[in-house]
Amino acid sequence: MNFMLPDFAPAYPEIFLLVMVCGVLMADLAWGDKKPGIAYLLTQLTLFGCMLITFGTSGPDAAHTFSDMFVDDTLADILKMLVYVTVSVVLVYSRPYISDRGILSGEFFSLALFATLGMMVMISASHFMTLYLGLELLSLSLYAMVALRRESPGATEAAIKFFVLGALASGFLLYGMSMIYGATGSLHIAGVSEVIEGGVISQGVLVVGLVFIVAGISFKLSAAPFHMWAPDVYEGASSAVVLFVGSAPKLAAFGFVMRLLVEGLGAMSGDWQGMLILLAITSMVIGNIAAIAQSNIKRMLAYSTISHMGFMLLGIIGANENGYSAAMFYVVVYVLMTMGTFGIIMLLSRAGFEADRLDDYKGLNRRSPWYAFIMLLLMFSMAGIPPTVGIYAKLSVLQAVLNAGYTWLAVLAVLLSLIGVFYYLRIVKLMYFDEPETDAAIAPKGDVKVLLSANGLAILAFGIFPQSLIALCSYAIQHST
Amino acid sequence: MLFGFPLLSLVIWLPILAGVAVLATGGDRNAPLARMIALVGSVAGFLVAIPLYTSFDPLSSGMQFVENHVWIERFNVHYHLGVDGIAMPLILLNAFTTPLVVIAGWEVITRRVSQYMGAFLIMSGIVNGVFSSLDAILFYVFWESSLIPMFLIIGVWGGPNRVYAAIKFFLYTLLGSLLMLVAFIYLYQVSEGSFSILEYHRLPLSMASQILIFIAFLLAFAVKVPMWPVHTWLPDAHVEAPTGGSVVLAAILLKMGGYGFLRFSLPILPDASHQLAGMMIALSLIAVVYIGLVALVQADMKKLIAYSSVAHMGFVTLGFFLFNNHGLEGAMVQMISHGFISAAMFLCIGVMYDRLHSRQIADYGGVANRMPVFAAFFMLFAMANSGLPGTSGFVGEFMVIMASMKVNFWYAFLVATTLITGAAYTLWMYKRVIFGAVVHPAVEEMKDIGAREILVLAVLAAAVLGMGVYPLPLTEVMHTTVDDLLAHVARSKLQ
Repeated sequence: MNFMLPDFAPAYPEIFLLVMVCGVLMADLAWGDKKPGIAYLLTQLTLFGCMLITFGTSGPDAAHTFSDMFVDDTLADILKMLVYVTVSVVLVYSRPYISDRGILSGEFFSLALFATLGMMVMISASHFMTLYLGLELLSLSLYAMVALRRESPGATEAAIKFFVLGALASGFLLYGMSMIYGATGSLHIAGVSEVIEGGVISQGVLVVGLVFIVAGISFKLSAAPFHMWAPDVYEGASSAVVLFVGSAPKLAAFGFVMRLLVEGLGAMSGDWQGMLILLAITSMVIGNIAAIAQSNIKRMLAYSTISHMGFMLLGIIGANENGYSAAMFYVVVYVLMTMGTFGIIMLLSRAGFEADRLDDYKGLNRRSPWYAFIMLLLMFSMAGIPPTVGIYAKLSVLQAVLNAGYTWLAVLAVLLSLIGVFYYLRIVKLMYFDEPETDAAIAPKGDVKVLLSANGLAILAFGIFPQSLIALCSYAIQHST
Repeated sequence: MLFGFPLLSLVIWLPILAGVAVLATGGDRNAPLARMIALVGSVAGFLVAIPLYTSFDPLSSGMQFVENHVWIERFNVHYHLGVDGIAMPLILLNAFTTPLVVIAGWEVITRRVSQYMGAFLIMSGIVNGVFSSLDAILFYVFWESSLIPMFLIIGVWGGPNRVYAAIKFFLYTLLGSLLMLVAFIYLYQVSEGSFSILEYHRLPLSMASQILIFIAFLLAFAVKVPMWPVHTWLPDAHVEAPTGGSVVLAAILLKMGGYGFLRFSLPILPDASHQLAGMMIALSLIAVVYIGLVALVQADMKKLIAYSSVAHMGFVTLGFFLFNNHGLEGAMVQMISHGFISAAMFLCIGVMYDRLHSRQIADYGGVANRMPVFAAFFMLFAMANSGLPGTSGFVGEFMVIMASMKVNFWYAFLVATTLITGAAYTLWMYKRVIFGAVVHPAVEEMKDIGAREILVLAVLAAAVLGMGVYPLPLTEVMHTTVDDLLAHVARSKLQ
């Protein structure tokens, strides 16, 4: 038996990141006491390096390696780039916040990088094992990040809930995968797809396996009825961690759905369409209605996430390129909005004070018209009101749904999102119509100021010129394997 | 014609940019500067809109001042602008109203001046966009965007119950427009990938889908007009909104609904329009007769005028669905005239509110003794509101009554009752507020209107009288378009 050295080139970004994580840990150990900023700096450099490498190694053709367990295609490149940018921005927003709370340490950043690595592996997986590996790396890092605030009982509780439910979902997923493996005899995504399309195997086992897989996926996406962890984690964990959990992993989860459901089990789209419709509807109903009753903004945003994920799933239901690119566009827009929103939440939080009650947003327009305006844009974008980019996200998904022939579903989705508008409007109402409770100054540092403003204006700019972002998503989907 | 010059873009974006400039002046320290920029911007916005009228070719039924660029390639969405004889007068009305609103709020608004003025200017540009879009998505974007400034205007500068009114206004309007969006996407599917409104005008559609789309459009436009029974947001919004907000709401935003019927429902869905005309006429008649009676018993002046707006807009929707020349033109005239009159009525109430901080009829009485000049102006507008010949209010109502007589005597009979109820509720209110002896000591303190208020009211008075005596300049530009629209609606689109 000959030993062949695999081609490492497609995995250069992952390898680089892994090496750098170790570097970050070591550097923090050696110089962390004297220069607390070093881990942060190195992390940002790492992400920048990954960007360059991914950009340099990207090509029009898909490259497979590690016995076809790993793939580097256009979809992977674009999603990874988006992940780097997201993580990088998230860390910029988080730095003052975690610095105030004394967790500006190497652990936070190395966990963040490990999570990033997990996302990258998920995105590039072409084998069930790789998918699972990436997912677990991501999940375990996230559990630890949630638990990072040791002194807070809420965070510990959230971490345990997150961990137990997450482990359960991973179990589901693994069980489903094993059934698919039993039925098809392959763990390769391409192989599974080939066997199913061949049509000689019994549907029974496959469908049962599919049910478990879809359940596992919806847990990761926090789609109802597998959503219960989200509100508790969002409320309990520190805002910086919530921002991390709520943003980039959604991009990875989208990649995960694409690899698993579309590339692997695409031939069974008839079966998973029905399941996704059900999940989408329950998510939108529960997310939108429960959000109204919240008085904690993080909890409210958790429910809003649930409803957004439901809406995103509608795009996938179409089971065609049009729908996938709509769903991807929705996720990208969602991540952009989430970043901005939590950026504002952390901006208003000070040392020893969390701006997580809705009432903390009262009279923001008096305290700082500019950040109130940015939050206004973000909220209207979440609600899907033009001229913000949120409307095009909704438009693309609705178009995909109608294209697939589900007119009733589009009408239902629209009516449910109308309920959602109410709680976004409430934030605007608090900021603009009410008097402030405090006059504490809002003075962000230079980098946060610039990025947050750019983030808010991007919502408006993409709302006026959405073409580039839409085209990017179509390009990614059309050129994927 | 100014070929090649993007006049419509200028008409849309100049007020918006001016609005951004006003916002940039920041806090209330710079209020005088903000007011100045707002005034210059709004007047400039009106001046650049004038060539739309002077260079308009009244004999052409096609779109004029057309601009067309690809905007969102993925969905074949175009930045496609153009106006015809229906849209152009509405743009002028909007551009004309904005400076008046700015002047009316000049001294009255002292809190967050730049945001107030900026919101009105931005909204003015957005509404111009609504009236000139020829692409469904572009139209939708402008249509929905107009909610945001109005929401803030009601919520920030409004009365005690402003939060409820603002949210109700927003959600009500949004409900209708979201279904309109679904209808647009449906049409996009049917037309195999086009959002062009003119394309939709030619698109053959089955009866079943026409009816469904008609209902989706109806929800959007009926809420905006507003038609009975989805009018309930309007009294709340008017009562709570600041004077400027009420003026724009009544004079401009309601017209967006009427315009929607003419641009979308009638030409895209001619068969459904004919099929459902009976229902539309019934709803319009209920608005005219029943809401007229409701107006009669109001104790709050703004609420009274709000209900009278609903009744007057009933004429508009009635005129649309009679499918004859006088009906349509009368409805158009009524829209423009209602723009002037309702703006004037709300401004008059605003004048009194600024002095006494009450909108209750019972708190006034004998105002004429203290404010004779104002009373004279108010008298003119009250007469116009009740449809006195010689004022613009008469022309539109008369045309619509005449048109309905051609269709059915009872329509004409019912709608003509408004001449009685309209006069009753307006003049009775006028009598209680203006005449009689001064009973309340606060009224004794009221000062007559100053130069700024006289200027605003005089401009409106001239418009109301001018249109009442000589409406030809207005009807002339819309004549060809209306004929063309009627011919289009008469052709079935069923296959």
